[in-house]
Amino acid sequence: MDTEGSDTSPTPTATQPGWLAHWPEQLTRVPYWAFQRQDVYAAEQERIFRGPAWHYLCLEADTPEPGDWRTTFVGDASVVVTRNAKGEIRAFENRCSHRGALICLDEKGKGNKGFSCVYHAWTYDLEGTLTGVAFQKGVKGKGGMAPDFKLSDHGPRKLRVATLHGLVFGTFTHDGPQLDDYLGDEITSRIARVLEGRKPVVLARYTQALPNNWKLYVENVKDSYHASILHLFFTTFELNRLSQKGAIIVDESGGHHVSYSAIDRKERTAGKEYAQQNIRSESQYRLADPSLLSGFEEFGDDVTLQILTVFPTFVLQQIQNCVAIRQLAPRGVNESDLHWTILGFETDTPEQRLARLKQANLVGPAGFISMEDGCVGGFVQRGIAGALDKSAVIEMGGDMAQSSESRVTEASIRGFRKAWRTHMGIANPTQAAP
Amino acid sequence: MTGDMQALYFKMSRALADYARCIDDDRLEEWPSFFVENCLYKVTTADNHCEGLEAGVIFANSRGMLSDRISALRQANIYERQCYRHLIGPPSILSSGDDDLRGEAAFMVARIMRDGTTLLFATGRYLDI
Ligand code: FES
Ligand SMILES: [Fe+2]
Repeated sequence: MDTEGSDTSPTPTATQPGWLAHWPEQLTRVPYWAFQRQDVYAAEQERIFRGPAWHYLCLEADTPEPGDWRTTFVGDASVVVTRNAKGEIRAFENRCSHRGALICLDEKGKGNKGFSCVYHAWTYDLEGTLTGVAFQKGVKGKGGMAPDFKLSDHGPRKLRVATLHGLVFGTFTHDGPQLDDYLGDEITSRIARVLEGRKPVVLARYTQALPNNWKLYVENVKDSYHASILHLFFTTFELNRLSQKGAIIVDESGGHHVSYSAIDRKERTAGKEYAQQNIRSESQYRLADPSLLSGFEEFGDDVTLQILTVFPTFVLQQIQNCVAIRQLAPRGVNESDLHWTILGFETDTPEQRLARLKQANLVGPAGFISMEDGCVGGFVQRGIAGALDKSAVIEMGGDMAQSSESRVTEASIRGFRKAWRTHMGIANPTQAAP
Repeated sequence: MTGDMQALYFKMSRALADYARCIDDDRLEEWPSFFVENCLYKVTTADNHCEGLEAGVIFANSRGMLSDRISALRQANIYERQCYRHLIGPPSILSSGDDDLRGEAAFMVARIMRDGTTLLFATGRYLDI
């Protein structure tokens, strides 16, 4: 029995769900029922969200002092992140081990020595260990728990926690991979590029309700094919004058990816000519206040955009100077919540801070370039409602999930599906010889 | 209420009613003219506001940035056709001086989709401060 508690009875989903046998062989097809069936959703909760994957929980800066805490999500599960007396970060399920009530009702707090469930006052320390049961010995010798009841046999599940450049990740499995191995060097270094060695300051948080299955949003973030087609803000106002180069990186597991664009210095002269042509050309639309995009050099590498995902539901975004974390929480088969945290950094000058506030207009539910992503998942969810027997076609850029210098590819969507299959226990096609 | 206060109250109510009507009638191009050139306009959550977090879902510090919102909606952004109905409660006057007036008013906004589906899109308050 593991130390986390008394929940040792077999779960009903421990058997192989029947639909697994009907999954198509190739990565290029995804049956639409995968976005519509409750049993698929339940299996994902068990195998991915309570399985060996690592999940973003919060920022280290969210619980700076011992006794600070914040609630967050890992899939359906509400989770409490704390800092214990020794200053270490801990996380446990926000579920009382008596009869299941939430232990913490608010989203954050300070100066706690522990927690007490409001329902029958079972108490927990900052690690989520059960420390007391109200009236355990009964009243006047009557009632109370059985004499062999042991506090240490009960408690909410604890998560294994690891931090990386100010981010806190957690997982429900205690024998899975380490966070570093889970992410791999390439992803780790791309996170470092944005966050290493500086202290983030939260500029805003908000939650965007998405009218679609969580996987449709993940696929959207990984989809570099749609960017210049669906999002017309930059092209309409002719804001992309410099020549850009870029690439897609898909990690070995398939589940993590980076998509980036950078100014192409070699092409710069050509870019300038292009710009001059634009000035002469009959350009219909211009921003009345182009200071929206007046940014500053922040990373020293000409990378103007880096979208990074960690399987399953974490996004780290750098669009110019707009840095944000997106944490996706499934909310049943047809809905999900996207939790945004817009970041600045402690070293920001007032001018830099103002630039971030302005560029924050690019993202979020009202974002100039991301508002479409908030509705397009719903278009798919509604589009496939009567098509349980049909599949998505994901063939752009081949049938594998490899890194690519072209962004006209769906390789990272196939990568997501590859990692998803691995977690669900579906064999993946072997990589074709190069 | 003094006559002056009544006049202010009337002015404020009228401005809010005109403001809502402008949006609900889809005369969005007129919307920036409710603001001064040097305005500060923010849409954010109650939590961000209480905690003093600076950013929000919309941030504009010039009227130009407001008209850019409209031209982007009209020319660039892609979304489903929808319309809105604002209900604005009676305003409260928080303070008034020679040249300024601070007030607040509660609002509820319904969003109506093409097929008639209507949902409570937002609740909140306008803080004119
Ligand atoms: S449910 Fe928490 S003490 Fe009973
Ligand atoms: Fe997008």
